[in-house]
Amino acid sequence: MDISRESDTMWLVRFEQQIDQQISERAIDVATRLRGHGLRGVRDVVPAYCAVGIHFDPLQVDLLALERAIAHEGAIATDASVPVETAPLVEIPVRYGGEDGPDLDALAARAGCSPDEVIERHRAREYRVYMLGFVPGFAYLGRVDPRIAAPRHRTPRERVPAGSVGIAGEQTGVYPIATPGGWQIVGRTDLRMFDVSRTPANLLSAGDRVRFVPVPEARR
Amino acid sequence: MSDTLRIVRPGLLTTVQDLGRWGHQAEAVSVSGPMDWFSHRLANELVGNPSTAATLEATLIGPELIVDADTIGAVAGADFEVTCDDATVASTKAFAIRRGARVRFGRRHAGSRAYLAIAGGITTPRVLGSRATDLVSGIGGVDGRALIAGDVLPLGMATLVSTPPRDVAGLALPITGQAQVRIMPGGQAEWFTAEAWTMLTTASFRVSSRSNRMGFRLEGPALTRLHSDELITEPLAEGAIQVPAAGEPILLMADRQTAGGYPKIANLIKADLPLAGQLAPGDTIRFQSCTHAEAVGALIARERQLLRYAGLRDAS
Repeated sequence: MDISRESDTMWLVRFEQQIDQQISERAIDVATRLRGHGLRGVRDVVPAYCAVGIHFDPLQVDLLALERAIAHEGAIATDASVPVETAPLVEIPVRYGGEDGPDLDALAARAGCSPDEVIERHRAREYRVYMLGFVPGFAYLGRVDPRIAAPRHRTPRERVPAGSVGIAGEQTGVYPIATPGGWQIVGRTDLRMFDVSRTPANLLSAGDRVRFVPVPEARR
Repeated sequence: MSDTLRIVRPGLLTTVQDLGRWGHQAEAVSVSGPMDWFSHRLANELVGNPSTAATLEATLIGPELIVDADTIGAVAGADFEVTCDDATVASTKAFAIRRGARVRFGRRHAGSRAYLAIAGGITTPRVLGSRATDLVSGIGGVDGRALIAGDVLPLGMATLVSTPPRDVAGLALPITGQAQVRIMPGGQAEWFTAEAWTMLTTASFRVSSRSNRMGFRLEGPALTRLHSDELITEPLAEGAIQVPAAGEPILLMADRQTAGGYPKIANLIKADLPLAGQLAPGDTIRFQSCTHAEAVGALIARERQLLRYAGLRDAS
C-alpha cells in the first residue's frame, strides 16, 4: 500500500494493482474506516478496484493527520467482515442479442463459439460489484469468463442506450443512462440502475453479488 | 407572495450551480458545481450570500429573466453587457432589483461563464445534498437540465440586507481567451516521455469544439507514452489531465466522471481551475509547472481576494 499525491485536492491510496476480490474488499474497508475518522477538510472518500481516492479542501485539511490515519487503517488487516455468501444478491433480467445486444454475434465469432454459448457463459457466473464509477448507477462487475472477455471498441459508440449490458475485458456492467461508451453490448435490461427518487438511489452497491437472468426478446 | 426568478430567454447553456455534490462519488455521482468557483463565490459575496448559495451559470450567450422580488443581484465572471430594466449593470458590483425587473445579458466581451447571484440564493430542491446541475446524469437544478424559457426558480430569503457596496474592480479574475495555468505532475507522469512533459509545459493548446462541462479536449502536440500499460480504473481528481492512447489530452472539469482508466500526466491546481473555466472552444491554454506549496499559496491568495471583498462589504 502506498500514497500517491495526485493533486493539491486529492490523494490516492494504492493497493496492489490488480482486479481481485480480496484487494477490492480491502479498498472498500479502508475507505469506510477512513470516512469514520471524520477528518477536517476531507470532502469525499472513494473506493475503486485497488485504490481509494481521498478528496480534500487544501486549506482545511491537515495532511499530517490524514497521512497518519491512512497509515493506521492501512496497517489493519481486513477480516472479511461480510462473508461473501451473505452479501445481497441482485438478479438482472436481460434480453440478449438482436437490437438489444448488437455486439453479441461479433463477440461470439471472436470467441469462436455460438451466441447461445456466450449468453450461457455470461449468465452462468455470479459477479461481484467491485466499484461504482463513470456515471451514477454504473457498477463494474467481475470477473467475466475469460472465454468471452472482449476488448472495448476502438472507437466508442456516440450513444449506448440506457440498460445496455456490456463486456469490457473481464468486466461486465449495465449502462444506467444513455451515454457514449466503448463496451461490447450483448443485451439490455429494463431495470433502473439509478433513480434519485429511491433510497438508496443506486440499485447496486460495492460488494453486492449479481446474476444475469436471460428473458425472452419480446419487448416490454 | 414567494420570490421567484422567471426565465424569458435561456441563453446558450444556463444552469443552477452551487459548490457541488460532494460526498457521493463512491456512488458514482459526479461533483458538478461551477466551472469557475471563484466568480461563483464572488457573485455570492457581492449580494451577502454564503458561498454555499446557488447561482446561475450562464455560458457564452446569457439569459434574459424577470426577477419577482425586491432584492439585490450581482454578476461576476465573464464580462457581459448586462442590463436591469434600462440601467446598465457593472460586472462585479451589486445592483438593486425591484420586483418585476427584467435582467438581460447582452454582448459578451471576455470570458465564457458569468454567475448571477441573487440575495437569498436560488432555492431549487437539493438532490443528494446539492443544488448543482449535473448535465451528464440529469440531476439537480431544474430536472437536471439547462434552463429553458418559462422555468420559474424559487429564491431564498436574503440573510443580510446589504447596501450596494463599493466598486471592487481589481478583485475579479483576469479573464482572457488565453489562460496561463499551473499544474503539478499527475499520478502517471512517469508513464510519459520526457518530451511529452516538455511539450505540455511549453506548447500552447487549443480548447477543442468537442468540449463541455465534463471536460476540455485539448488540441496541440500529441503527448506520447513510454509504454501502453493499462491502468485499472481509479478515482479522478478535479483538474486532472488524462491522456488517451492517441495522445490528445483531456482536462477534466466540473461534470467530470468520478473514476477513469486513462493515465494522468498532470493536474491543474485548484487556484487556477477558474481561469480554465472561463475558456471557450478555440481559446488557448498554456501550462506551467509548480510545487504543492505554490499551489496552496496560490489558493490562499484567491481566498484573500474574496476576504478583501467581504471586508469592503462589511465596512460599507
